Amino acid sequence: MSAASSVLSLTMLAQTLRTAVPYVLASQGGAWSERSGVVNVALEGMMLSGGLASVAVAYGHGAIAGVAAALLTGALIGVLHATVTERGRIDAIVSGVAINIAAAGATRVLLRALYQSSSNSPSIEGFRGVVHGSGGASMLARVALDPMSVATVVAVAGTVALLRSTKLGLRVRASGEGPVAAAASGVPVVATRTLAVAIGGALAGLGGAALAFDQHQFQSGMSGGRGFIALAAVVLSGWRAGRAAALCVVFAALDALQVVLQGQARSLQDLVQMLRFVAALSALALFSRGRGRFWGGPPPAGLGTPAR
Amino acid sequence: MKTAPRRHLRLPHLEADLWTGVLGVAAAYLAFCVLVWAYGESPRAMGALVLEGTWGSAYGIGQVLFKATPLLFTGLAVHVALRVGLFNVGAEGQVAVAGLAVGAIGAALPAHTPAVVALPLLVVVAALAGAVWAAPAGVLRAVVGAHEVIATILLNRVAEALVGLLLGLGLAQKGSVRTNEVAAGGRLSRLDRYVHAFSGSAASTAFFVAIVLLAVVLWVLPRTRAGREGELVAQNAEACRAEGISVRWRRAQAMLLSGAIAGLASLGTVLGYKGYFEQGLGAGAGFTGLAVAILGRGRWFGVVFAALLFGTLAQGGLAINAYVPAEAMEVIVGVVIVAVGLGDANLRRWLTEQLRAVVVRRTSGTVEAE
Repeated sequence: MSAASSVLSLTMLAQTLRTAVPYVLASQGGAWSERSGVVNVALEGMMLSGGLASVAVAYGHGAIAGVAAALLTGALIGVLHATVTERGRIDAIVSGVAINIAAAGATRVLLRALYQSSSNSPSIEGFRGVVHGSGGASMLARVALDPMSVATVVAVAGTVALLRSTKLGLRVRASGEGPVAAAASGVPVVATRTLAVAIGGALAGLGGAALAFDQHQFQSGMSGGRGFIALAAVVLSGWRAGRAAALCVVFAALDALQVVLQGQARSLQDLVQMLRFVAALSALALFSRGRGRFWGGPPPAGLGTPAR
Repeated sequence: MKTAPRRHLRLPHLEADLWTGVLGVAAAYLAFCVLVWAYGESPRAMGALVLEGTWGSAYGIGQVLFKATPLLFTGLAVHVALRVGLFNVGAEGQVAVAGLAVGAIGAALPAHTPAVVALPLLVVVAALAGAVWAAPAGVLRAVVGAHEVIATILLNRVAEALVGLLLGLGLAQKGSVRTNEVAAGGRLSRLDRYVHAFSGSAASTAFFVAIVLLAVVLWVLPRTRAGREGELVAQNAEACRAEGISVRWRRAQAMLLSGAIAGLASLGTVLGYKGYFEQGLGAGAGFTGLAVAILGRGRWFGVVFAALLFGTLAQGGLAINAYVPAEAMEVIVGVVIVAVGLGDANLRRWLTEQLRAVVVRRTSGTVEAE
């Protein structure tokens, strides 16, 4: 099959949706965190930790327990991040970078401790697919029916709905837009932010689990910058969860190109690998200027401002 | 974190510096003990191994200096950006791109190029390549206001892929991920040439280049207009704009300088150590540089101390790798960043309250005069 025809196919669509799952989940995590006013560079580390936790638990106790472990791990890191930035008054970027460094190291230490390997875990089954077959259509059906895909749709719908029209969502947004005013009107800003970053961490952790289940194993450093791309999507979307998810699908399409083009020249794959980051960067350059006019929007006014 | 050090408050700052140093070492030690213990080894025995493998022999010391060399460059690079209130999280990519540039151009030089030509040329190449890789982030921040953290992080990833791509497209030797050897004139000599005891360790004269560069940059910055205005930009960009200081240009300038210094880290890796560039050479130096900058607080002694501390951790990790994975040291780096940040932020608040009156009295005259 030529490169062009393999790009325009049902397989490509299925691959795009499949690769979009971890990106979208992480972006929703980013939206929760940043809308509450806490900059979250740590999405990458949360994904990585969630991925390892899911595999380590799923190995003995089944996929559902693995998912729970990923959610919990992500949420715990979220609580850590929020506590350190909100109560300890560390710059959120510093804390985020530290979490990423520590997570990269810790996952490799744990890989060696658990499986005597510094590169990958033994393979796990993940969720069993219901549809079999290798054509584009059956692949699309398999992706659509995968529990992780369903969870992603639920996560996006839930994030959008909760942030827009619930009391919790209002409090989160108030904490992000004006922490001082929110506190004055009785919103427990620090607690709200901690909860929001924890929810965000859980979603990013779930994203890591989706990635690991998809590969049927954990590999060191497997998040591969997806958390950062998801964060870029959140910024580009003007901090709106739904749009961030849509952007993630676009970035995932570039990622899927790489999978579809497998078997083509190695340097072509490298090029495509580079392309998604270049795309994110150029989007940043193009859309930052027109904030609010065309696509993006201003950041939450209190983003990065400590509550106390 | 974003407020730059103020030179006229010497004494309290000395206390704060000391406090930060003690805190950093204590946090590193505690984290080390907990990790080693959790891994089922004895912290005391492992600690002894670390000390023996690092400061216990001339070879070990040489290796610590070698590991600390790139960190001196990247730590200074991060600090230079931090002075104007920017986070250069992209030192990682700048080191990689500069390393490839130095390796490729150094290998392309005729074998008998004299050192007087080759060395300065490669130093310029390293600085230029680093600056070029930092430029998009600086320009994006200055022109469209895109956040430099996201830009530099994405640039890191682009660099990683680009280096792989270019090596694959012919900059590497066939079937490998390394360039050809840099012309002999372009190399920096190993320290064991002068001090025999260092024999076998990879420390090179690049360490002293880094120390001198650190001293020069830290001395010059507060004494030039650009450096001083940058410091003010970090404190209050609005006020600077009103005063007619070009905030954009100062930010872009700092980012370029930061990238150039990060690029010079390839002096330690390519020119002083391997003699060629290979994929992944110098990886990690960029992120650890952030830790060095935070722990070093922009002081000459502080940055050297921090680089040596993390150099010790890196080398010590190898010494205990048979018992505890060396990657445990990365976890310690993360813990130290958070611990120092915690101490710093809360100490700074206290200091600010104590000294606000003094600051106002002693700076109101000088700021206007500048």
